[in-house]
Amino acid sequence: MAEKNQGDNSPDTKELNTPLLDELEEGPWPSFVTDLKALSRKKPQVAQLLNQLEESYEDRWNYWTGTVLNVSGYGGGVIARLSEKKDKYPDLAQFHTIRIIAPPGFVYSTKALRNLAEICEKHGTGILQLHGLTGDILALGFDDEGTFAAAEDLMENGWDLGGSGAALRTMQCCVGQARCEMACFDTMKTTRSLTNHYISLLHRPEFMYKFKIKISGCANDCANAMIGADMPIMGTWRGPMQIEQAKVAEFIDEKGVEYVIDNVITRCPTRCISLKGKELVVDHEDCVRCMHCINVMHKALKPGKERGITICLGAKRTLKIGDTMSSVIVPFMPLETEEDFEKLTDLIDRIWDFWNDNSMDHERIGEFIARVGLATFLEGVGLEPDPRMVDRPRTSPYIKFEELAPGPFEGEQKQEPPVWNREPESSESA
Amino acid sequence: MNGTKLAPRDQGAPDYTKFLHPAMARNYGKWDYHERIRPGVLLYVAENGDTLYTVRAGSPRTMSPDLIRKICDIADRYCQGYLRFSMRTNVEFMVEDEADVEPLIEAIKTELGFPIGGTGPSISNIAHTQGWLHCNLPGTDAAGAVKALMDDLIEEFENERFPNRVKIATSCCQINCGRHADIAIIVQHHHPPRIDHTNMQICELPKVVAICPVAAIRPAVVDGNPSVEVVEEKCMYCGACHGQCPSMEIRDADTDTLSIWVGGKGSNARTGPSLMKLAVWGLPNNPPRWPEVSAAVRRILETYKEEGKDWERVGEWIERIGWQRFFEKTGFPFTKYHIEDGPQAMWTYNRSTHVRI
Repeated sequence: MAEKNQGDNSPDTKELNTPLLDELEEGPWPSFVTDLKALSRKKPQVAQLLNQLEESYEDRWNYWTGTVLNVSGYGGGVIARLSEKKDKYPDLAQFHTIRIIAPPGFVYSTKALRNLAEICEKHGTGILQLHGLTGDILALGFDDEGTFAAAEDLMENGWDLGGSGAALRTMQCCVGQARCEMACFDTMKTTRSLTNHYISLLHRPEFMYKFKIKISGCANDCANAMIGADMPIMGTWRGPMQIEQAKVAEFIDEKGVEYVIDNVITRCPTRCISLKGKELVVDHEDCVRCMHCINVMHKALKPGKERGITICLGAKRTLKIGDTMSSVIVPFMPLETEEDFEKLTDLIDRIWDFWNDNSMDHERIGEFIARVGLATFLEGVGLEPDPRMVDRPRTSPYIKFEELAPGPFEGEQKQEPPVWNREPESSESA
Repeated sequence: MNGTKLAPRDQGAPDYTKFLHPAMARNYGKWDYHERIRPGVLLYVAENGDTLYTVRAGSPRTMSPDLIRKICDIADRYCQGYLRFSMRTNVEFMVEDEADVEPLIEAIKTELGFPIGGTGPSISNIAHTQGWLHCNLPGTDAAGAVKALMDDLIEEFENERFPNRVKIATSCCQINCGRHADIAIIVQHHHPPRIDHTNMQICELPKVVAICPVAAIRPAVVDGNPSVEVVEEKCMYCGACHGQCPSMEIRDADTDTLSIWVGGKGSNARTGPSLMKLAVWGLPNNPPRWPEVSAAVRRILETYKEEGKDWERVGEWIERIGWQRFFEKTGFPFTKYHIEDGPQAMWTYNRSTHVRI
């Protein structure tokens, strides 16, 4: 850190000079500028951070360069930044962010949070962002040595680094069963179990590109999985939802029958609910578990008792082929027992193997499926097609029917790949 | 680390069971129902009758260690030493006794200066990216833009006056880390990347070529240096190459603008998840308070508040009234740039005679 020590901290860069940022101290919403200014009295590098940010505001230009920095044994987790104005702001010459895996559901004890703040303040600025859109705790403002020291200290205290780059990313889930009656499975436990099962892939980028798993306890998707994750794992149920007719009647008495018609009956996407007097009649076969009626009448209605998950694949934002959305890969599976969990990780392993063996550089799984086609993908990972995976069958008549084409070379057996969602009929056929 | 002993590696996600509020731990998986008893305050009731009042407070997301400690002080005093954060960077303080709610709110307001709200049909805290504070690619700021917007919209955070919840997101470049939302703000660039041919050796050229979504980049030798060239007619100014290679500068302080997108949602309730669509383009990137953006967002919100029916998210409301009426009612022009292009475009045209005349 010779460079830093020799830095000539001329008064104009040590003193705060932020007329534009000062305007962000006004107004009723809590101001990060006010907070960071207070911090700058303890941490001179924060004054330089604010001064550089002020220049960005003036010039409408950014002054950070990205680089790579790795903690021993890890291939990610540090978002390394170098200031392009390091001559003027020597303390920003190295100014990195550490991604830290947050507790599932973002629950904390104050003891843990204070511990986090103390470690980050000791080795860096102590600025924390709770949380980043990746689902990580973000700790800002470490130089190289500070990053290494903070990482050791964090890990010594039970924290671990998050994912970055072409790796499994830090997972994220809703509060789930810890505080929500709608959660159809244990989102926190699943998040922690999957994270720890695959921790090496999270820390050491081995994939063709990033892979995000987000986990929501029901279709309301509080974890923003459906449009924000390569693999959303969503809570759902099998069989009828639970209806308490006495509470339905109470709801109707309180809100009026028109409210129920306008906001429950007609808002059902499959029109599977009707009213008989003050009784709610549901055609359960047509219920698609969207959660709307339960959201409105949450005292009277509840998810069904036989619960599990729907697994989707493929969402990402627009680069490169345009937005992709997640689509259903597994309509339903229970996730209660160790065997269920093993079945889930077996599927994830198959998906990653097929994707990484066949995808191009920088190709997210949604882009990959769009390129090779869902049918090819299903065959590749060993899943049987299911009409619940599509909106509609195809309209294009140009089809390569394998059954109707001339056979392969004489005597050659067609190899049937093992199928994940079908029990083997007998071991002899293998 | 000079041969010093390393801390344990690969420990994974922290053990959340140690971080659960006692009422959460006791009633894990045994909650019965919840109610919004007022904006910003939720009551969760367990099967055994246990109650847990949750007070939701808007945070600035970027926080000093001292501010974190102040948050912890309040949680120690009122919440038995536990708290949680929401997906949209709100802090949630939980108490079991209703009598603690008022003093807790008072403490949050006076000691932290955080507003209470973000529940039900309100505007929650804005999901945002890193911006000029710490990203290497941004065309604008994030935390500042959010602060300015939330100053303007704070009443809508503190009240539940919309047909349904409104999620807002901002992104500082076209990679769009802020993702889809009911209303989203994105930077847009307006010319091809400017290539620094003297500094292309820092990039993996095959990757730079391969990353272009429209195959507009090809290898070239410029002044004896291995580099690339861009077919400008093909380039759509997305900046994918800039993320791959900093020598392909896509940003321009003088010409970059902001656009507003509407109708994204991730929830499956009623209608399935939906992508957001272009509403307003060409707004100036105008720090420190981006007033033009605030005004446009407010205009959309006011119209939605007025016209939307109960439970309709922004996108569902627009689907019902049609895009023609969305543009009429908000007063923003519909232009040729609103019409989709690309391979999927034809499926976005009106393929029926269903027309409001």
